[in-house]
Amino acid sequence: MNTIKELYAYRQMIASLVRKDLRGRYKGSALGFLWTFINPLLQLVVYTVVFSFILRTNIERYYLYLFVALIPWIFFSSSITVGAASIVAQKDLIKKIYFPRMVIPISYVTSCFVNMLLCFIVIFAVIIVSGAGFNFAALLTLPVIMAVEYLLALGMALLTSAVTVYFRDLEHILGIVSMVWMYMTPIMYDKSMIPDRLLPVFGLNPMTHVIGCYRDVLYYKQMPDLTSLISAAGLGVFFLVVGGIVFNKLQRRFAEEL
Amino acid sequence: MSEQAIIVKDITKSFKVYPDKGSQLKERLLFRKRSRYEERKVLKGISFTVNKGEAVGLIGRNGCGKSTTLKLLTRIMYPDRGTITMNGRVSSLIELGAGFHPDMSGRENIYTNAAIFGLTKKEIDARLDDIISFSELEDFIDNPVRTYSSGMYMRLAFSVAINVDADILLIDEILAVGDANFQAKCFARLKEIKAQGTTIVIVSHSLGQIEQICDRSIWIYDGLIRAMGPPKEVDLEYLDFMSREMQDNGKVSNTEAPTEENGKRWGNGKARIKSVTSYGEDGKEKNIFRTGETIRFVIDYTVSETVEDAVFGIGIFNREGIQCYGTNTRIDRTGDITLTKDGKAEIILEDVLLLPSEYSFDFAIETGDGIPVDYCRQIYKAEMISNTGDAGITRIKHKWSV
Repeated sequence: MNTIKELYAYRQMIASLVRKDLRGRYKGSALGFLWTFINPLLQLVVYTVVFSFILRTNIERYYLYLFVALIPWIFFSSSITVGAASIVAQKDLIKKIYFPRMVIPISYVTSCFVNMLLCFIVIFAVIIVSGAGFNFAALLTLPVIMAVEYLLALGMALLTSAVTVYFRDLEHILGIVSMVWMYMTPIMYDKSMIPDRLLPVFGLNPMTHVIGCYRDVLYYKQMPDLTSLISAAGLGVFFLVVGGIVFNKLQRRFAEEL
Repeated sequence: MSEQAIIVKDITKSFKVYPDKGSQLKERLLFRKRSRYEERKVLKGISFTVNKGEAVGLIGRNGCGKSTTLKLLTRIMYPDRGTITMNGRVSSLIELGAGFHPDMSGRENIYTNAAIFGLTKKEIDARLDDIISFSELEDFIDNPVRTYSSGMYMRLAFSVAINVDADILLIDEILAVGDANFQAKCFARLKEIKAQGTTIVIVSHSLGQIEQICDRSIWIYDGLIRAMGPPKEVDLEYLDFMSREMQDNGKVSNTEAPTEENGKRWGNGKARIKSVTSYGEDGKEKNIFRTGETIRFVIDYTVSETVEDAVFGIGIFNREGIQCYGTNTRIDRTGDITLTKDGKAEIILEDVLLLPSEYSFDFAIETGDGIPVDYCRQIYKAEMISNTGDAGITRIKHKWSV
């Protein structure tokens, strides 16, 4: 409880770190901020070419089917992989001055989150251009889904960023973990393709639920599956609490380990 | 009840010293032996309390644990055992300008830096003018910080930190900031802040600064509190101890010896300065003096080849590298000196009115035509302390009539 109060007092620091990160990310590159949009669009083109023309799925509007899942996934995976290095990257600050250490992963995840929101502009543009249309009632649940995903991402980032301080290999291991995790989540394929035997395992993966909800709203134009949403929210809170506890425990020796 | 701002209860802290540490899995597995470490106990159980509005100075020599104590107070690190309670908002002048971004303007950096101290945008807006005017950087505030001189940089950083309006202010080696004018201004501001009821903890080598601001000194020796009380008493006790210790240890090597390799020594080497020592009025060897004291330097030299028309010189520089005084035996017309065998030279500086700072001394042997025989840059260091608040380089004897 104290932590939350303190973090609230440091909201200006979070805001300024987020701004700095967003502004600094593409600094010096010719296309600058446009990369925020170009990057996912290029990924989309690659996956669409592979799955529509080579591996040929019979999912209608596969590009959209994939895109509404891919953008949230990129947010999640960059939160845990690059977020893992966030504490180490800010070691100069941590060694020199006090502030609640959680500020750093929080601002990192938040900046990834803002990035995702910007990408949603592209998603909406693609939906409009393709003529798929919206279900506005379902669209209202989108912020809830995003919030749940944010909790999940933050919980994971707290965990990975704190452990990375003590164990630097984690940063590289997470690259592989996130790839495996991506294929273990129905992003490029449909949930119905998962063998029944494996379903319980996939059910434990919170991202299965989150991606499912995004897809419900944006692709199938229907209300998100409530059970999915609730279990994702539950897992989100669980991850956040565990991440928070571990982080708080580990952060005591940050200044010495860095 | 006078409220307590800081309560420190029996804290200990040790550091792990790894001779060669690997933090990768491979290294940990392959080189198990390397992960062996030594525990070094820096604090061995320290307890003290600081009342609200009180100013306390932590003194002690390098490595005694005073800076560690301060770091624990800021919560950059945590004690192994014991508890620290801090009541109120803490601001620290420890690493000034942490988080400054060189490409951003001074104004933007004020916002980021103040945010690190936990201020909200509204609070920063309210303080912005104060901060800028205190830093005296009005004309440069919208230029990127990388274009600032180091003095300007420190001024900006100090202005932010001191305008946070903290309840507790932690300071490590203050007032090495900017020029003498600005230092005096900072000092005045500190006194003002103290008068407003802010609790202050200072770590400093400069006993003069501590005596001016603090109500109490805490002397930390080897991880334990050795004495605590009014600065004048504790500081004197500390000074006595230090000078005694110096005597016990024989020669004080308080600076990196100048050598030809580090570029601090040059000359034809016909005679060489072996060592320099300083003595107080009572004849005791020491290198911490009060402003106004007389200092005697003894220069021990060796001669390998006769030096005719030799000249001994001295140069005194303060922490900012400004030469405060310099003279030699030619300027002073002491007569001809010829060095034929090893010996000692002596210079007595009477009533040295240099103000508190750390001073480094150059000593040199030259020949009358200016050819260096042995020139030693920064061969000696000494510190001046004082309990008056006058500012500048040296005191000028004066009288007021108002």
